[in-house]
Amino acid sequence: MMNALRLEARLSDHDRLYDAFIRMHDGLSEAESQKASAKLVLLLANHIGEPEVILEAIERVRADMGDGSD
Amino acid sequence: MPAARRTFPFVTPPEVETGRTAEVPITIVGAGPVGLSAALDLAARGQRVLLLDRDDVVSDGSRAICIAKRTLEISDRLGIGERLLEKGVKWNVGRVFFRDQEVYHFNLLPVDAQKFPAFVNIQQYYWEEYLIDRIADEPLIDLRWKNEVTGVEQDENGVTLSVETPAGGYRVRAEWVIAADGAHSPMRAMLGLDFQGRIFEDHFLIADVRFKHEHPDERWFWFDPPFNPGQSALMHKQPDDVWRLDFQLGWNIDREEAVKPENVTPLVRGMLGPDVEFEYEWISIYTFQCRRLERFLHDRVIFAGDAAHLVSPFGARGANSGVQDIDNLGWKLDLVMRGAAPRDLLESYDHERVQAADENILNSTRATDFITPKTPVSRAWRDAVLELARTHEAIRPFINSGRLSTPKIYEDSPIETPDAPGEFTPDMKPGSPALDAPVRLADGSDGWLLEQLGERFQALVFVSGTAMAEGMAKALAATGEEKAAIEPLFVLPAGISPSGLEAHAVVDRDGLVAERYQGRAGTVYLLRPDQHVAARMRHFEPAALRRARDRAMGRG
Ligand SMILES: Cc1cc2nc3c(=O)[nH]c(=O)nc-3n(C[C@H](O)[C@H](O)[C@H](O)COP(=O)(O)OP(=O)(O)OC[C@H]3O[C@@H](n4cnc5c(N)ncnc54)[C@H](O)[C@@H]3O)c2cc1C
Repeated sequence: MMNALRLEARLSDHDRLYDAFIRMHDGLSEAESQKASAKLVLLLANHIGEPEVILEAIERVRADMGDGSD
Repeated sequence: MPAARRTFPFVTPPEVETGRTAEVPITIVGAGPVGLSAALDLAARGQRVLLLDRDDVVSDGSRAICIAKRTLEISDRLGIGERLLEKGVKWNVGRVFFRDQEVYHFNLLPVDAQKFPAFVNIQQYYWEEYLIDRIADEPLIDLRWKNEVTGVEQDENGVTLSVETPAGGYRVRAEWVIAADGAHSPMRAMLGLDFQGRIFEDHFLIADVRFKHEHPDERWFWFDPPFNPGQSALMHKQPDDVWRLDFQLGWNIDREEAVKPENVTPLVRGMLGPDVEFEYEWISIYTFQCRRLERFLHDRVIFAGDAAHLVSPFGARGANSGVQDIDNLGWKLDLVMRGAAPRDLLESYDHERVQAADENILNSTRATDFITPKTPVSRAWRDAVLELARTHEAIRPFINSGRLSTPKIYEDSPIETPDAPGEFTPDMKPGSPALDAPVRLADGSDGWLLEQLGERFQALVFVSGTAMAEGMAKALAATGEEKAAIEPLFVLPAGISPSGLEAHAVVDRDGLVAERYQGRAGTVYLLRPDQHVAARMRHFEPAALRRARDRAMGRG
C-alpha cells in the first residue's frame, strides 16, 4: 500500500519550529533565501523517502496558491 | 584544420542511362548510422535493399561519440560490435564539478559479466565507416552515393521516388521506403508532416581537440565553471587522443565570432590549463530541439532515427535510439514482406518506438532544464542541489548532467503477452530487452548468451537435464512453421554436459542466466527476433508458446 500524505497535526513545539524556519533566512539575500528553502525541502524529501507523498504535497500547495495572482 | 574523412565514389546508376525505373522491394533514404544499420539488418534477413545518400562522405564534424550497450549488442548482430569495442574508449568514471570544486564522482562499473560495457566512446565517422565496410561484403545491398531523393509519391501498392545524381535523374519504385534522412529530413518535408516539440535557444560550442597530455579516461562535467561563468561545460575522451570539449554559450551570441579560434582558445585553456599543447580537430556550434513526428508510419513510408525524433545530446540518446528503431523495425518489415505476418504488425513499431522517443525526449528535456535553468527559481533549486550534494550523498542522485541512454522497456505493447499473476517479479518482464550473461557452449568453449540468439523467434528454455530438453525439442518441432519457427535454446545447469544433445543448448556456467531470468527447470522465455521478451511462463507448453508467437506477429 502506498502511503498518503498525512494531514492530521503530528508535530509538537510549533512555535520553536516556526521561529527556526524564519531564522534560517537571517542575513540572506532574496536569492540565497530561495536556495535555502530548496535545500530544506530536499533534505526533508529525502527523509520522507516516498515520491508519491511528496508529489501529493506539491499538488496541494499548488492548489492552495490558486492562480498565483493573490 | 579538419582531418580528411573517407569519401566514396559516385557511380552512374544504370537507370540514368536506360531511363528505366529501378524496382526494389525496400529503399532506404539516408546512409547515416540509422540507414546503414537498417540496410544490414534487412539484408541479414534476406531482403534486397537500395540505400541512397545525397552525400559521398561519412559524418563530418562533431557528432555522436557515446555508444550504449544495447546499441553495441545490436551492432554485434550486424557484424561490427567487436570493431567498435576494440577501437572505442572504455570509461566508467564521471566527475561533476560546481564552480571550482568537485561535487562528487560516480563509477558506472563495467556492467558485470556481459560481453559489452555500459558505453564506449568512438567518433561517429568510425562507426559509419565500419558499417560501410560491412555493406561492401553484402551483395543484397546496393549503396549509392550522391543520389538525392527529390520527390516522393505513394499509392496502395508502393512508393515512387525521384532521384537526382550528378549524371542525371531516375525513378525508383519500392514496396516500402525507410526514411532515415536525418534531422532536417527532406522526406518529412515532402510529405508535409508536422514535427512537434520544443526548440531550445541555447548555443553550445564544441571543440574536438587533440592532445597528448596525461588525463584520465573520464567524463568531466562542470556547472558554472570559472572558465565559462554561468554556463556548463563537458570534457570526454575519444579514440586517437581526441577530446570532446563542449561549452554552453547562452542565447544571444554571434555564431561566426564564437567559432573563431581566438575566441575558443581561452575557453579551452581555461579547461585544460595553461600548459597543455593541443590542436583543433573540429570546431562547431550547435543548438538543439526535442521533437518528434506524431506517427512514424505513413502508409508505405516508415520514419526512423533523427528524421522521426530529435533529442538534446545530453544522455547520448540520438543515434543510440535510432539504431534501436531499426532493431525493432527490421524483423517486422521482413515478416510482413514475406507474407508471414499481417501488415498490422508494423503498427507495433509505431506504438513501441513512439513510446521510446517520448521517454528519450522526457529524459533529455529534464536534463536540459537542470543544466540550463531558465528562471531564477529553477537556478536556485539547481544550485541548492549542487551545493548540498557536496556534503550530502543522498542528494547526489538529483544531479542531472544527462541520464545516459538505456533501452526502452516497452509498456502495454499490443504484441506482448503479459505475465500470469505472481509468477515472476517485474525484472525482465515482457517488453524488456534480453540481458546478456556468460555461458559455456556445447563444444566446451566460453561464449555469451546474446551471441547465441539469432534473427528469429527463440524460446529460452531452462531445463534440469538433457532428457528434458530432448522431449521439449520434439514437441516444439511439431509446432514448426517455416516462416516463423520458434527455435529453442536450452539452458542447462552448471555441471551438466550438453554432449549428445542435438538441440541448441548452453550451460549456465556461473548460474547468471538463471539469476537474471529468474529461471528454474521448466521456465520459458519467448524472445522476439529483436531479443525483446515477448512472453514468459513457468511451464513449457508448446500451444501457449505458439499463441504468444502469433500475438508477437500481430496475428491478433
Ligand atoms: C554534438 C552532437 C553530439 C551527439 N552525441 C551523440 C552521442 O554521443 N550518442 C548518440 O547516440 N547520438 C549523439 N548525437 C546524435 C547523432 O549524431 C544523431 O542522432 C545521428 O547522426 C542520427 O543518425 P541518422 O542516421 O538518423 O541521421 P544522419 O546521421 O543525419 O544521416 C542522415 C543521412 O541522410 C542523408 N540525406 C538527407 N537528405 C537526403 C535526401 N534527400 N536524399 C538522400 N539522402 C539524404 C544525409 O546525407 C545523411 O547522410 C549527437 C549529435 C550532436 C550534434
